[in-house]
Amino acid sequence: MNMINIRERLVVIGNGMAGMRTVEELLKRDPLRYQITVFGAEPHVNYDRIALSSVLAGEKEIGQITIHSLAWYGENGVQLHAGDPVVKIDREAKTVTSESGRVEPYDKLLLAMGSKPIVPPIPGLELPGVCAFRDIADVEQMIAASTEHRRAIVIGGGLLGLEAANGLMKRGMAVAVVHLAETLMERQLDTAAGRLLQRELTERGLNFFTNGQTEEIFGDGRAEGVRLADGREVPGDLVCMAIGIRPAIELVKATGLDINRGIVVHDDLRTSDPDIFAVGECAEHRGKTYGLVAPLYEMAKVCADHLAGDDATTGYAGTILFTKLKVTGVDVFSAGALAAGEESGELTYNDTARQVYKKLIVRDGKIDGVVLYGDVADSSWYLDMLKSGEDITPFQDAILFGQSVVAAMGKVKPVSVADFADSYQICGCNGVCKGTITEAIADKGLTTLEEVRLHTKASASCGSCTGLVESLLAATAGAAAKPKSQGMCRCTDLTHEEVRGRVVAEGLKTIPDVMRTLDWKNPDGCHSCRPALNFYLLCAWPGEYRDDAQSRFINERAHANIQKDGTFSVIPRMWGGVTNAKELRAIADVVDRYDIPSVKVTGGQRIDMLGVPKDQLPAVWRDLNAAGMVSGHAYGKALRTVKTCVGSEWCRFGTQDSTGMGVALEKMTWGSWHPHKVKLAVSGCPRNCAEATIKDFGVIAVESGWELHVGGNGGIHLRGTDLLCKVETEAEVLEYCGAFLQLYREEARYLDRTAPWIERVGLDYVKGRIVEDEAGRKELHARFLHAQQFAQTDPWEERANSEVRSREFHALAEVA
Amino acid sequence: MMADGAMTAGWRDVGALEEVPRLGSRTVTTPAGTIAVFRTKDDEVFALEDRCPHKAGPLSQGIVHGHHVTCPLHNWLIDLKTGQAVAPDQGCAPTIPVQVLQDRILLLLPSDLP
Repeated sequence: MNMINIRERLVVIGNGMAGMRTVEELLKRDPLRYQITVFGAEPHVNYDRIALSSVLAGEKEIGQITIHSLAWYGENGVQLHAGDPVVKIDREAKTVTSESGRVEPYDKLLLAMGSKPIVPPIPGLELPGVCAFRDIADVEQMIAASTEHRRAIVIGGGLLGLEAANGLMKRGMAVAVVHLAETLMERQLDTAAGRLLQRELTERGLNFFTNGQTEEIFGDGRAEGVRLADGREVPGDLVCMAIGIRPAIELVKATGLDINRGIVVHDDLRTSDPDIFAVGECAEHRGKTYGLVAPLYEMAKVCADHLAGDDATTGYAGTILFTKLKVTGVDVFSAGALAAGEESGELTYNDTARQVYKKLIVRDGKIDGVVLYGDVADSSWYLDMLKSGEDITPFQDAILFGQSVVAAMGKVKPVSVADFADSYQICGCNGVCKGTITEAIADKGLTTLEEVRLHTKASASCGSCTGLVESLLAATAGAAAKPKSQGMCRCTDLTHEEVRGRVVAEGLKTIPDVMRTLDWKNPDGCHSCRPALNFYLLCAWPGEYRDDAQSRFINERAHANIQKDGTFSVIPRMWGGVTNAKELRAIADVVDRYDIPSVKVTGGQRIDMLGVPKDQLPAVWRDLNAAGMVSGHAYGKALRTVKTCVGSEWCRFGTQDSTGMGVALEKMTWGSWHPHKVKLAVSGCPRNCAEATIKDFGVIAVESGWELHVGGNGGIHLRGTDLLCKVETEAEVLEYCGAFLQLYREEARYLDRTAPWIERVGLDYVKGRIVEDEAGRKELHARFLHAQQFAQTDPWEERANSEVRSREFHALAEVA
Repeated sequence: MMADGAMTAGWRDVGALEEVPRLGSRTVTTPAGTIAVFRTKDDEVFALEDRCPHKAGPLSQGIVHGHHVTCPLHNWLIDLKTGQAVAPDQGCAPTIPVQVLQDRILLLLPSDLP
């Protein structure tokens, strides 16, 4: 060598999650100590093996599961030899030799070869169509098979097998699962939960052959099925072996290192050779090998400590395992013991109607095991108590009802992330505690979920703790916290805000323009983004944008509400809920003439005619138009109703003319399109008979003027309004209302009601724009009125009287 | 889809291509039930019985995107070519043979089969 290399050489065998996490942790501790060389058997950069299930199920693309990009290796000076596995270790010479013949010397060696699928010694394994479920190549083979073949067999009904089966089913294959034991996931679930799981998965379309020992894979030139020991035959064109894994230790067998089932390591992750470390699935610690991600990451931290510092004192003490099944919509959790022994007891909760099952194994007043099926909301709480050994005796009688019930009884502190101890583990996969997250948020000024993931790894693996991490972010970063950057739909990674911003900034004026310029992944979008884009364009370019009927949900395209039998309902506008004899007579005549089966008074003070066939809609509208009635937009993401009470005109308590105010508001706002439906109300006194405090914009008359309330919702999530301000005149009510609605139109995400929008941006923000900024308010109001010029045409009249526009309502042809 | 004029025996002309909006649908009523005729952006035409396999929702009223339609009642996604629901949903809306000849839409109705 013509140069003195001052860095020690670290060679890593294995480019997977455990090895590379150790390298990453090491670089955090001491980026300069080693010159690092990594050998990987697969021709890929380090990717998230756990997410292969999601790739198979079509929820993610291969490109989305990369953990370390090629650039990362370069930037960190890590030399990567991917697709070139090490075939020999020479401990005497301290070198490794790769398949391609490369000889690399080391000072320290890290073994992270992971594991190999267990393959039983049965005939037929060599047939085309037989694969494992372990790496990208396997998944690619499975996806390819799903496009050419119809039937798949998965051997193994454990965690891995069920995820494989679920993925193949989502790819459109008929899937049979052959499982040796009597119930599924018998290592993680007790019999009761295993049966519930089998029932659920059977309903979803999987077929099970339990107590099934595979004897042979048969087929002529390609797998055609499997034969079981009891004589049953299961046909299938793809056979996926997912029985389990074993540590990949062939390479070290000749080295003289201590091996057992895995490579034996001490608490500092050193093998029997102090210069050789081992982490991950190939390591055996205190007699245990692991196949889940949490222990790998714990090992990585300790191993990095010892690689970075020769006097490190940390030790790995084993991991309490827990399991979650990554099958969307199936909630299963287990940790610790599965069944009570002689010295422990069981608490069970079994709701057969809701298919919820919970079991805790309790020993000496402490949780020793958890099995949850159907409702896993309290899994972190139980796991935390399992780990800490907390005495549960004070609330043992209620513990199965969950943390919120126990908290409500005053027996534990209320459930709030802010109350969790810093040592409370938020992310089980990556072993990240609350304190680590809040510290990172505060020190590094993190404001988004992605940043928190990047810096702490919390919620970066299976994602089931995402909600908790978001709450922590909100609680720690306060108003600075930004919502997680999430694509509008599967057609784009851009958020609603980003799309709207670019529509305006880049002058995009048609849906195809937007999709082309912003690189939409599906050329004509989907049922979720098209209506959103249509609204955004309509809002951005009033009078200019031509509404795209084919991007409207049927209700807005047909200007009536589709019912479950495919007929429609018709609701004419009744200004402020006021009607008269002429209108009522016209409605009665229409009901008779078209034999409308049902008439109902709505919650918004109008009359609903239900059960009108689509082809009769134009005629019904024409007759209603003739009596002066127009569309009530009861079908749209639009201004719906303005509910009023009778106010000072009749009521002895009334302080102002609430009806007149309501009619004026409705005249100004009708016909406007919004991100979601919008409801208004005006009450004539604080008794609030018009229920203005659960409306999007509610007005309550008081002696000295009008109180304006915003952001109420009487729907799924009941929310009372916030008081925006008090004004004196009717003109001010109109101006504030128009400005508020325009702000909502311009800034809320499509399908956000005002309530969640205000919760997100905060009342102070809305006050700042509407109450405090007078000029801004007037501009918003003016923009609203401008848009209304083009919006206030009665869609019923247009369709009742135009042949082209009424085409929508008639059959193309009738065959006798 | 067939393009051979000699292959039109038994096929019914139900209307002009331009009468069905792009990314939209029209219906054809028959004694055996309603048929939904779809036109995609690339002017391919598909026909299905107008009943979602889930709760019989009128597929003709759904939003068309790519070669799929989303049922208006519960957002099931149906493949226009095969009538199959896209997984995880399961079910199938029967397909009706359809071809476009000189901008006319022709259907081969089950009742017209020999």
